[in-house]
Amino acid sequence: MKTTEVPQDESMLAGHRRACYAVDEHGRYVVVPSKGWQVEKIVNAQAVEEIRRAVEAVRERVHQGRASPLEYHMVRCQMTPGLLASHTGLWSWRGRRHLKPEIFARLKPALLTCYAQALGISVEALGSVPASTGTPP
Amino acid sequence: MTAPVFEHRHSAHCESGTISALLRHGGLRLSEPLAFGLGGGLFFLHVPFLRMGGIPLTAYRDAPGAIIKNLCRRLGVRLRAHRYRDPDAGMRALDDFLAHGLPVGLQTNVFWLTYFPPDMRFQFNAHNLVAYGKQGDDYLLSDPVGEHPVTCSAADLRRARFAKGLFAPKGLIYYPEYIPAAPDLPAALRDAIRTTSKRMLDIPIPFMGVRGIRRLAGQIERWPRKYGVERARLCVGSVVRMQEEIGTGGAGFRFLYAAFLQEAAGILNQPALAEVSQRLTETGDRWREFALQGAQLCKGRGEGAAVYRELAALLHDCAGREEKIFRALRATV
Repeated sequence: MKTTEVPQDESMLAGHRRACYAVDEHGRYVVVPSKGWQVEKIVNAQAVEEIRRAVEAVRERVHQGRASPLEYHMVRCQMTPGLLASHTGLWSWRGRRHLKPEIFARLKPALLTCYAQALGISVEALGSVPASTGTPP
Repeated sequence: MTAPVFEHRHSAHCESGTISALLRHGGLRLSEPLAFGLGGGLFFLHVPFLRMGGIPLTAYRDAPGAIIKNLCRRLGVRLRAHRYRDPDAGMRALDDFLAHGLPVGLQTNVFWLTYFPPDMRFQFNAHNLVAYGKQGDDYLLSDPVGEHPVTCSAADLRRARFAKGLFAPKGLIYYPEYIPAAPDLPAALRDAIRTTSKRMLDIPIPFMGVRGIRRLAGQIERWPRKYGVERARLCVGSVVRMQEEIGTGGAGFRFLYAAFLQEAAGILNQPALAEVSQRLTETGDRWREFALQGAQLCKGRGEGAAVYRELAALLHDCAGREEKIFRALRATV
């Protein structure tokens, strides 16, 4: 890749630039900051869309009363029940049980705090789920 | 108190960028490509049955931590590393190092680093960066893949350093304790190039090195039948992401390694290496072509077996070129 060929496309880098290595007119390698490449944007969007779709599916299930807000925030943080359990230090069978809406509703404050900390949000935020489709925080 | 200074350098890859920055701070000026090449960063791996979220694992690089480990071993740098079970202790230790004016390398989880662009925040535990100071509640970070130094709140950094899961960082802090004044660079270069060639050519497991590229080529043709149209596209997308989206300097580290070979040619005074570097640059361009076509496929342009055959052909071409390149390298050093 020549320095003149380093792509400068609009991308998911959102104004950041990444370092690319490219050959200058003397044949020497130099670092060229790149705003992004359409290729990166396409494959990034594909991966982000997969996550968004999973989050959206849980959000709908929460509103139907079939999933707990905890599950919503877990999926939003790209976690699985196993990974969430290792963050809270609880056994994963116990964590899996807490994902059920009726059991989540009865959780003690200490456990709620524990989950809120693991997911990086407040206890109030843990109990709520956005009403409509929107980009998760 | 004046703000501490640290020479920030924009890098392609977090690991080579972090270690070259720490060594530079300690007085050993080493470019990122040299750090990457001496650490033996280049590799290829495709394991069809190791899946993450149902998508087979592909990597263009060695395992996390390998670059730093190999680089320090080859140059005779002694690295100190600490891990912490207790996050409070880990944060106190970091504050201690910074209070003494010692910049340190940290292993972090990208998802919790809020200064990353939102769409780049994935759960990935092996991101390296340098912490060089603290102002109030904010840490001053030199994240090598960023263009400029950044700041990060203590709460975010704590989550990033003590995230769990695959490659969990466990609060890892590291810094060079001893840096030799005049390391034997030529010997280290020869050893590094020989080892990388060996790993690309000789590992008798069909998922690694040049054989891994050929294995991926064979697999990719089967994906639409094996996974269905949707899933096959995701798989192709994941390969392209490993090649371009995460910090690789372009073409899955091939350009970075070509830059390394160019520098090595000068240090070893072997023009043959510069010629191989050019060939690797051309191969990198072929990898970019693969990424471009793969992305078109993900976008929904072109269906059918023909597109996958075309992708496989490009991969076979890259494999053939890299096989010749690493044989030539081995013959040169």
